[in-house]
Amino acid sequence: MRTAFIQELIIQARKNPNIFLVVGDLGFSVVEPFAKEFPDCFLNAGVAEQNMTGVAAGLASEGFHVFTYSIANFPTLRCLEQIRNDVCYHNLPVTVVSVGAGMAYGNLGYSHHAVQDLAIMRTLPNVTVLSPSDPGETRECVQWLSSNPRPSYLRIGKAGEPDLHTVRGIFDGPLRVCKGRPDVAIVATGSVLKLAMDLASEQGLEKCPSVFSMPLIKPLGKEVKNILQGFQRIITLEEHVQEGGLFAALCETLPRSAHSIHSCSIPEEMKSVVGSQDYLRIQAKLKEKLYDFLR
Amino acid sequence: MVARANASHIGGALSMADLLAVLYSGVLNIRPEDPVWDSRDRFILSKGHSCTSLYATLALKSFFQIEELESYGKDGSRLMSHISHHVPGVEFSTGSLGHGLPFGCGKALAAKRSGKNWRTFVMLSDGELDEGSNWEAILFAPQHKLDNLVAIVDYNKIQSLGSVADVMELDPLADKFRAFRWGVKEIDGHDHSAIQEALSTLPFEPGKPSCLIAHTIKGKGVDFMENNLQWHYSSPKPDQLAEALRQLETEAN
Repeated sequence: MRTAFIQELIIQARKNPNIFLVVGDLGFSVVEPFAKEFPDCFLNAGVAEQNMTGVAAGLASEGFHVFTYSIANFPTLRCLEQIRNDVCYHNLPVTVVSVGAGMAYGNLGYSHHAVQDLAIMRTLPNVTVLSPSDPGETRECVQWLSSNPRPSYLRIGKAGEPDLHTVRGIFDGPLRVCKGRPDVAIVATGSVLKLAMDLASEQGLEKCPSVFSMPLIKPLGKEVKNILQGFQRIITLEEHVQEGGLFAALCETLPRSAHSIHSCSIPEEMKSVVGSQDYLRIQAKLKEKLYDFLR
Repeated sequence: MVARANASHIGGALSMADLLAVLYSGVLNIRPEDPVWDSRDRFILSKGHSCTSLYATLALKSFFQIEELESYGKDGSRLMSHISHHVPGVEFSTGSLGHGLPFGCGKALAAKRSGKNWRTFVMLSDGELDEGSNWEAILFAPQHKLDNLVAIVDYNKIQSLGSVADVMELDPLADKFRAFRWGVKEIDGHDHSAIQEALSTLPFEPGKPSCLIAHTIKGKGVDFMENNLQWHYSSPKPDQLAEALRQLETEAN
């Protein structure tokens, strides 16, 4: 996804001279093509995320659309107050990009797991929160952001994720990427969508739930209620703690009388072990929980 | 304003008043009738709690009507008790310390990258130099040769809960900035001609950001407020207000 991000950013920057990329001393073998093509609109701010975000706000206040780029919690939690006060309160066009959504950097340990970010970023004013599931969705997010500069958060995976689907239109609401039963839906955000799609294909089309991808977490999209209407049982799937993320967003928005909503999420207390993203998903029992809710 | 709103922070507002007076009397290139004039110098108040003397300065310069000062801190007023960018002439809202200098670095960098000649001035308190974000910015500015950036430290030697020397000593402050590759000048921050002279030639050193360390007195101009931590918090009672105004007017005359 990070490759799709930088490729699409380059495409947009060729058309939009205001795009400015600021990295927090991260992005080796990813950001160089942008830096080479747009040296006047690129900056390595060093290992200093508070200053990076303040600088981004200052640049944005003079007309640039700034993308800050770093890993996991560094561009969000480390400099949260700069995002809240400098960017969001002043309503400045800064897009915070975090690479390594959820447990993408599995074996790097807890410091590198971004599993509270959606909750925290959702509460900030004026901010658009995007959590694409695959390179295709990532490209659509960057295209839209380039045309709609604003305070925003883009949560992407790392490298090598497969394209999962070709449905477009993420700003209307959840994308139906697998048409299964009309009464049960899995709604997933981020690359963990793959787990739901694998499960659907294992179960066969007649038995399987419908699967939705939901990259737009805030605002939820004007059609979210209509799109999910009729699904009595909705299971949310996210590589994030239950509190404040996709599950919470849908609970806050959908009429509770019409849906029973269940959460497949990361337990708050993960064991202090390392492993690949797939291994940690097994440790978090995401697939088992999905099956339990589908029974 | 402070008395009317039963507000705090008069000490730090008075310590930087002389600096503001000189800045807004010819140093800053501004047009009060067009607060967002593209070529203006950008002034950022990072010590946002000291906003009253800046609001008063902006009103005196006709950025807005002076009568509005009476609404300071009151229900529905845009004159918040920490500086607000919704007020004409104010570039940036602060209140949480350590935000102004990184933002100012971004503005200065934007001017560099866009080939613009305007300058960015950031007013800092001494207490807020405890914040790590400032030292990130102090490293950043010379790295990017932001010689269009001026940091002014209102060095009144008193922070929220005690003297700077007792809480988190900054001295030797000028040496610290020099070691971080800034051009530095130290002046008496109440001596108008010294302030004027220091800021008449910028940058202090070619290719470097400039730091003006202004030695000031918290509560300057009112004898019972000067160098007294109490006036980081207290709001003057009517008799204190009358006495303070009498002393300030006597000094002005």
